[in-house]
Amino acid sequence: MTTTDITALDAAVDRLTGDHTVLRMSETEAEERSGYQPPTDGGMGERMIMNMGPQHPSTHGVLRLVLEMDGETITRSKPVIGYLHTGMEKTGEELTYLQGPTNVTRMDYASPLFNELVFSLAVEQLLEIDIPDRAVWIRMLMTELNRITSHMLFMATNGMDLGAVSMMLYGWREREELLRFFEVVTGLRMNHNYIRPGGVAADLPDGWDDELGALLDVVPERLAEFDLLMTGQPIWRERLQGVGVITAEEALVLGVTGPILRSTGYAWDLRRDEPYLAYDQVDFDVIVGSYGDCFDRYAIRLNEIRESIRIVLQIMDKMPDGDYRSQDKKVTPPPRARIDESMEALIHHFKIFTEGFKVPEGEVYVAVESPRGELGCYIVSDGSPKPHRMHIRGPSFVNLQTLPHLMKDSFLADTVAIISSVDPIMGEIDR
Amino acid sequence: MTDDPDTTPVESNPTAEPEQSATAEHEAQEEAAEAVGAAGGDTAAALEPDPEPEPAVPEPELLHGAPVTWSRGQAVLHPSREDYVALVRQLRNEGYFTCLDLCCVDYLGYTASRDLPVGTLPERFEVVVMLANHTDRARLRLRVQVPVDDAVMPSLFQVHPGTENPEREVFDMFGLDFTGHPDMSRILMPDEWEGHPLRKDYDVGRIPVQFKGVSSAR
Repeated sequence: MTTTDITALDAAVDRLTGDHTVLRMSETEAEERSGYQPPTDGGMGERMIMNMGPQHPSTHGVLRLVLEMDGETITRSKPVIGYLHTGMEKTGEELTYLQGPTNVTRMDYASPLFNELVFSLAVEQLLEIDIPDRAVWIRMLMTELNRITSHMLFMATNGMDLGAVSMMLYGWREREELLRFFEVVTGLRMNHNYIRPGGVAADLPDGWDDELGALLDVVPERLAEFDLLMTGQPIWRERLQGVGVITAEEALVLGVTGPILRSTGYAWDLRRDEPYLAYDQVDFDVIVGSYGDCFDRYAIRLNEIRESIRIVLQIMDKMPDGDYRSQDKKVTPPPRARIDESMEALIHHFKIFTEGFKVPEGEVYVAVESPRGELGCYIVSDGSPKPHRMHIRGPSFVNLQTLPHLMKDSFLADTVAIISSVDPIMGEIDR
Repeated sequence: MTDDPDTTPVESNPTAEPEQSATAEHEAQEEAAEAVGAAGGDTAAALEPDPEPEPAVPEPELLHGAPVTWSRGQAVLHPSREDYVALVRQLRNEGYFTCLDLCCVDYLGYTASRDLPVGTLPERFEVVVMLANHTDRARLRLRVQVPVDDAVMPSLFQVHPGTENPEREVFDMFGLDFTGHPDMSRILMPDEWEGHPLRKDYDVGRIPVQFKGVSSAR
């Protein structure tokens, strides 16, 4: 279902914009009203304002929540962010386009290759160059593996937050195997700076498909173990089903994308609906929930791991031969061996690494489907080697706006489950 | 009698239609051209039997009622600040149900071409809004010019509540005020911070590096 009617959207807007869910209070006001308030404010009852975070084991990074509570029930809340803000967009204006991926990769640090991918796609669209097929398929392979690692992280933290402590160890174990593969290919376990404008930094090493095949043989049975530990388990279901419900219309007017939108039954996945890279040449299903609750979001991510494995197996079959990066001399630095032989190669290397390559003026917005939703990159170029403006649309930044609405009239214990199901990554929220 | 609506305006405006067809690149532009041509042709025929062969000021190409440009194959609309909220609401009713992002660009010191349609004056700030239509798999970008001496924009909160956080970020980073926003406060920087970091006249900040044994400091 990808259509809805305007009256439903208007009703959702009315519901969401009323002031009864988001605690819009300044810091000083909240300070004054924090703690227990005796029931003298007519109609307010015994409401208490409590602070959760930013240092907290369950808030998924430095997220601060100001909660207004009536006993154990949350009435209004407000997420406060900015504790991880490091000015990455300002930094992006000072770095060349070749240095850009090193900066953006650290935004969504759970799935860094997606940030590099969206930045590189935006730059390539401004440059109006094509990259070789092998580079496209390598990018697809690496990003789908990154989706698996990100969802494994979600499984681990979600389990831990709800008390299934052993899930934390199991989730990290699977993630470690794949990070080891990343290290073999890119040289780093995280924040790889592997996907660059023009292609990828290095070719896949020999024997990569055997190694990957061995890894992927093991993962499905481990996923079955997770099913045993969590999916069918009554305690897990009690804690997640019916908790943190959102409707499709509310999600759409809030700009929400990714597993949260798909949990409402709205089937929108950029890989299928606006295919980029070579997603139109592989077969996969888009996982959709029905109730819009935390259990649906958990189940969607679990099954997306299975779909990603399916895609990776197809990529392993269909990986084309060829160059792993564009041969355009003005964009891609020459191979190191050529520098000794050719003066032009030396000059190109020097120019690209010091001054950077120039990108024609213009502005472009490119979006990919990251594990958290639509990850977008908006670049404005003025013809120089550095972007005039580089903005990353982090999905968690927008998805975070659902938190007060999901947490309304739920218990404090559910708050942790809800934050976990939204799967925020503070790096892309704060940038 | 089968009246083909596509050909009727052509028959009544032989002068207007070909002129605009020559510059038309996309199907949607033809619809706008027919509407503009039909309206212009009727009034021209009524008032002046001999219309001017070319207008004094060229009309911008219109899409959804706002001037449009094309950037690397992506449609970009340029509404004025006054029409902007109404346009977003109209687009939402036409299928652009979700606003994905709202950001701002500071064009201070930008020397390249701004790629604006005729009639749109460049200002220092531009607010950029990304909209998506899932049924038609279409995307639209809106760029609204905002002058620095009147850095105020109407808020999209009542149309898309999901613009609350992005508008707060634009306020925090650029200093643009959004009227009608429920909570215009800083979101990324500390509340008492002064200055707007992403403006071009806000310095990046450098610590001078001291090298041992070098007499002149860099």
